[in-house]
Parts: sequence; C-alpha cells; structure tokens
Amino acid sequence: MNARVLDRSVLYAGAIFLAIWVLVPFYLIAISAFTPQAKIFDYPKPLVPSSLSTDTMQFFVEARGVLPSVLNSLLVALFTIVFGLVLGAPAGYALARFRFRGREAFQVVVLMTKMFPIAILSIPLAVTFLQLGLYDNLISVALVHTAMALPFIVLVTGGVFVAVSHELEEAAQTLGCSRWGAFLRIVLPLALPGLAAAAIFTFVISWNEVFAATILTLRTRTLPAQVLASLSTSPLAFKFAGGLFMVLPAIVFIFLIRKYLMNLWGSR
Amino acid sequence: MRTRTERFLPFALLLPTVAFLTLLIVIPMVQALLLSVMAENGGLTLDNFRRMVADVNFSDAWRNTLLLLILIVPLQIVLALVMALLINSRFRGHGIFLYIYAIPLAISDLAAGILWLAVFTERGYLNSTLQSAGVIDQPVLWLSFDNFAGILSAIVIAESWRATALVLVILIAGLQLIPRDFFEAADLFGANRLRRTVHVVLPLLRPSLQSALIIRTIFAFQTFAVVFALAGRNMPVLAGEAYTWYATNRNEHVAAAYAVVVLGLTAVAIVAYLRVLGLREAEVQR
Repeated sequence: MNARVLDRSVLYAGAIFLAIWVLVPFYLIAISAFTPQAKIFDYPKPLVPSSLSTDTMQFFVEARGVLPSVLNSLLVALFTIVFGLVLGAPAGYALARFRFRGREAFQVVVLMTKMFPIAILSIPLAVTFLQLGLYDNLISVALVHTAMALPFIVLVTGGVFVAVSHELEEAAQTLGCSRWGAFLRIVLPLALPGLAAAAIFTFVISWNEVFAATILTLRTRTLPAQVLASLSTSPLAFKFAGGLFMVLPAIVFIFLIRKYLMNLWGSR
Repeated sequence: MRTRTERFLPFALLLPTVAFLTLLIVIPMVQALLLSVMAENGGLTLDNFRRMVADVNFSDAWRNTLLLLILIVPLQIVLALVMALLINSRFRGHGIFLYIYAIPLAISDLAAGILWLAVFTERGYLNSTLQSAGVIDQPVLWLSFDNFAGILSAIVIAESWRATALVLVILIAGLQLIPRDFFEAADLFGANRLRRTVHVVLPLLRPSLQSALIIRTIFAFQTFAVVFALAGRNMPVLAGEAYTWYATNRNEHVAAAYAVVVLGLTAVAIVAYLRVLGLREAEVQR
C-alpha cells in the first residue's frame, strides 16, 4: 500500500545523506578554526566543541604576510574581472547576436580553453615575465587568471545577451539610436545582473587559483600562494584558519550565482 | 557601407579574446617546448628530459597521478550520477539540495586539502571519532610517509568530495536536455525507477557522461595542491613535480619538461574529446 511513501523516504534519506557528506567538512574546518589554539592538539576531540574562541583566526590574520596577501588576492581578482569582461563580453555579444563564418570554430576554441591546463603554462610564462620585468607582479598573475576565466565569461555573457530581447535593441535603433547607443541604453542595463554573475564567477576562479599564483610570485603572494608556500612550515592552527578564510567568500559567492551554474559548465 | 561594418563587426568583437588567448596560451606552449629542449648554454639537448626521467620521483609521480585518476574519476561519476538523478526526480526542496551539492564547486583544491587535513591529521576528527567509539586505542597515522594506502585514501576522499560537484553540474545540464515526456512515457509502460534509469536515462545521458569523464581526466593531470596539503612531498604527482623543479630546485628546464608531459597528456584527452563530440554531431544528424 505504502510503496509511494516508502519511495519518497528512500529518496529523502539518500538526498540528506549526501548533503551531510558535503557539509560535514565545512562544519569541521569551522570548529577547528574557532578552537582555542591551546586546544588544537586535544585528543580525542569532541565533535561538538566545548569552547570556541577567535584566537586561532586572530593568530592567522596577524601572521606575517597574511593581510597583504589577502589584499593582493583582492587586487588580482579585481584586475582579472576588469580584463576578463573587457575582453570577453564583446565576444559573448558577437556569439549572441551574429551568425558568421567561423562561429563554430570559435566555440570549439572556447570549449577547449575551458579544459586547458593554463596553470601549467605559468612555468614558461614565469621566464617571459622575468625578462619583461613583470615577475612577482600582480598584473602578471591577473593575466593568467584572465586566460582561465575568459572562456567562462564568453559563455555566460553570450547567454546573458541572448536573453536580452533583440527586438528592443532594434526598436531603439529604429528610433534613432546608433548601434552603440542602443547597446549602452537598452542592452547593458538589462544584461547587468548576468554580467555581475560573470564577474562573481571570475572572482571565485581568481581567488581560488593556487598553481600560477605560487609560480609567478615570490614576495607579492596571493592568499592561496601564501598558504601553499608555507604549508611545510606553518602550524596546524595557521592552516585551519587559512582554510576557513579561503572557503568563506567562495561559499557566499557561489550562493549568489547559483542560477548560472548550469551555464558555466553544462554548455558544451 | 553599413552592411560592410556589420559584416566585420562580429570578427572585431572576437578579436580581443582570440588575440589574448593566443598570446597567453599558444606562445607559452611553444616556449614550454623550447625551454624543455634548451641547455643552460642555449644549445639544443634532451638532457632535461633525461634528468626528469632519471629523477627518483618521476616514476612515482606517474604512478600516483594515474592511480589517483583511476580511483577518483569513476567514484566521482557514480556519486554525481546518484546526486543528479535524485535532484532530477524533482522532489520538494530539490533546489536546496542542488545548491548544497554544488558548494564544493567554489572550493579550491588547496582549501579542500586543508579541510580534509582537519579530518585525517593525527589528532584530527577521524581518529577522535574512532577512539571515542572504541574502535582504536591510539591515533592512526593516516598521513605518515610510510602509510601509502592512508595517504592515497585521504586524497581520493578529498578530491571526490571537491570535484564531484563539477561532474554533477555537467550531468544535471545533460538531464535537462532530456524531454520530460521520456520519463513519463517510461512510467506509462510500468518501468520502475531503476529500470527507467538504466534503459531510458543513461543512454540519453551518455554524451554528458563522456564529456564529464574527459574533463575530469584532464583536470586529474593537474592534481597538485590537495596532494601537497595532505601529504606534503610524500606523494609526488606530475604537476607537483613541475612545481618543485621550478620553485624548490630552481630548474625551469626540467620544470618545463614536466609541463610538456602534462600538455601532451592533455592533448591526447582533448583529441579524444573532439572525437566524442564529432560522434555526437553525427548522431544528431542521423
């Protein structure tokens, strides 16, 4: 009789079990990062902490090089967003509005760059940047991050511009706007939320990137580069606090762009 | 006049992207090749590759990279498939679960490694829980250099946890392309959920499964920070060796040789990807 109810229960039980699997590490890193430093080596540790304190987080934030590296990470992400949108949004617009020769070829290029191991290219790039005097410079890191983010920006902005009514844009042009004027007055305001999503996703890519940032910098570290470079020498408390610090903004931002996640990876 | 500008406009709009990608991808690729065959004095040589191959970590790095690939990718595909099918059954509240499952998409491999370090470290939560439950009476050294199986399991779990979200998103996008009628038709003919999944959904989902498989394979060649966070230098992998040769041994030539190896593996996978893609287009036309 109750096959349906049973069916539902199995479904929910499975879904909840998998949700716990995804969420538990976040909970554990959070309580680790807020465990008082003196208790980090307590054993066995309770799954519900007996006391919480901010002194581990404070220790991390006050450690040498951490605050500058956070600032560097923010700057690199900002540069990457600007470079990426300036370069990529026009291409997204072209894909959304025009049928032209080479369109498919360009889409294949975008697809392949999405998968391409750009980070590994930071090794030859480091040699070039050294010769150009751009080594250990935030701009050079931002350039590599831009190359990583560009295919995603093209895909997302393409989707965004397709969704903006072509008729409205044409109507504005019939009423005397230039193509550029119609774009600025009609298309851009309507596309703004989507462009913001592209910017946020670009931020996440740049904020998370480890390999290129570590190879291309020496003193001007980004946060992940700083944490990675000090892995073998830093105490556990530093790592846990650093882990939580890297994770938090990413969670917030992925929440903001959850609607666009399918466009980012799903489109082929 | 106007039509002429219109004709060139799309190309002008694409130019910045194409030029930039050429500058930052094509040229460095050539440079990686050149660096890898260049001697210190500027002449051509295969010494860098010889040094790479002769290094104690080289064969380990190969073995570990492939081992991780073989263990992680199937696990991710199965896990993501279960998640995707659950979400696709559109039960009440499935949106929240999709968001939760997708969160690791925003987590870097370094952060994922550190998150799981809190679990697997000597006085971490795994040992604490096992000890409290009376399963062990002293901490197990999961990440010690002589516990290869322990390190391997920790990395497999951390990477499966992190990157399953990527496979999930690809599969969900693929499921959305399957018309809902297909599911209902299967219902009408009395197919239960499991049979419907095997006979209706999986064949239709094949293209997405294939692209997820290849994308994950390519990314597996770059596995690096999660390994460093959990195992330090106790578990050499290809991308990690490239980093070590560059940053620690200060030899950009051998580092470039490793980069060439990773690029070569990627090229093979991309060719495979394009062939699968070509196959799919042929299927659509048929």
